[in-house]
Amino acid sequence: MTAALEVTGLRKAFGRLPVLRGVDLAVGTGRVTAIVGPNAAGKSTLIKCVLGLVRPDAGRIVVLGQPVGADPGYRHAIGYMPQLPRFPENLTGREVLAFLADLRGGDERAEPLLDAFHLQGALDQPVRTLSGGTRQKLNAVVALRHRPPVLVLDEPTASLDPVASGIRKDRVRRDAGDGTSVLLTSHVMAEVEELADDLVYLVEGTVRFHGTLDELRLRTGERRVERAVARLMRGAA
Amino acid sequence: MLAFELRNQLRSRWILGYGLLFALLTDALLRFGGGGPRVVVSLLNVVLLVVPLVSVVFGTLHVSGAREFLELLLAQPVGRGSLYVGLYLGLGLPLAAAVTLGITVPVLLHGGAGTPGLGVLLAAGALLTFVFTSLAFLAGVRFDDRAKGLGAALLAWFAATVLYDGLVLLVATLLADYPLEAPMLGLTLLNPVDLARVLLLLQVDAAALMGYTGAVFERFFGSSLGVLSATGALLLWTVVPFLLGLAGFRRKDF
Repeated sequence: MTAALEVTGLRKAFGRLPVLRGVDLAVGTGRVTAIVGPNAAGKSTLIKCVLGLVRPDAGRIVVLGQPVGADPGYRHAIGYMPQLPRFPENLTGREVLAFLADLRGGDERAEPLLDAFHLQGALDQPVRTLSGGTRQKLNAVVALRHRPPVLVLDEPTASLDPVASGIRKDRVRRDAGDGTSVLLTSHVMAEVEELADDLVYLVEGTVRFHGTLDELRLRTGERRVERAVARLMRGAA
Repeated sequence: MLAFELRNQLRSRWILGYGLLFALLTDALLRFGGGGPRVVVSLLNVVLLVVPLVSVVFGTLHVSGAREFLELLLAQPVGRGSLYVGLYLGLGLPLAAAVTLGITVPVLLHGGAGTPGLGVLLAAGALLTFVFTSLAFLAGVRFDDRAKGLGAALLAWFAATVLYDGLVLLVATLLADYPLEAPMLGLTLLNPVDLARVLLLLQVDAAALMGYTGAVFERFFGSSLGVLSATGALLLWTVVPFLLGLAGFRRKDF
């Protein structure tokens, strides 16, 4: 298994508070890796390190052979979908998309995505008039349309309606089938079970489990991911 | 990046309202306040108080208010430096344009194109906008908490517009027996708002209003060296906070 994204010995402290204490993990090419863990485990800090939003104190992150550091070029490979999208209120969806496309350059496939999410009708309204779910769809289009080889999704189906959530999940599975590597966080274990190949369990800034879902089931003796993770949380496994 | 920010800001009702405020005020002053230099001086007082305040408030909210979108932008393949420059000009230029147009349009409508001091007034408005946008961005970068950033920025505004005058007056009264010309000159150079005021008052020949230091100011700021150093000081007030903010922005964890 070749790794599309590799994290080694990642450490980060905010002031005196250590958040990541030496995290190692790898996301295989074409695999979906879910990071789960209790609140304040360091999930979002880890993701922010990968995106270059937070500068680690120590450790290395490599995305498709490019080190994460001062050169922002590696981010061409990453599509990021934040949990709570906020777009400039005075612009229309179309303008936001045009602007972000301008920032990135390169090819895109916005049109089919807009059709798939039934967004065409809402694109010419100012963003401030759009509902939370519609913004979230716009958010998904932003992350996906450049066909990035690596996707980083923060709670990907939060605030989507069941239909859009279904489309979203199908899309993740299909992209993974096409060789896209996905790193996602989620609180919904059913979603993890449905989407992920691998699971990383993070507690207090350390990786307590990193393996396939089958390995997790084997190790905990639970068939359902939700119960298996609960068992990990209780420290029984 | 810049073009986009400009479009977003120009569509903001606040910026429009800000420009309109100046237009209405200028128009009213021209109608009721007589013409020429007197209107310029009245406008100056408004510009000195309002421009820094508005720049400071908009600037801080611009950096810390759009945090989530900023994070999305930072996750794109763009350097932090160019993002910061884009954000800064994207706010500073429309704000400066609102002041400039808000004053210029009514003046032209009233046929006052050649009013003495108008050019300096407009330059002061634009420069003060950039000075206080720089300071506000610095505060926004330094403080993660929106309220703290706004508080720090407002404090800077209050210090420059209100407190500073009081302090200068206090120094002047306490040390009235000493020759204060040179120190007073120095104190003025240290405050961007005072700088803008002195520059303009000299242009409209109101230096006598400034009492006994007026003569000293006139000798210094009336010379080309004086104008140059005053403009230089205002530019420093823009560039130094901007660079400090930029350095902080590059190092910041979001």
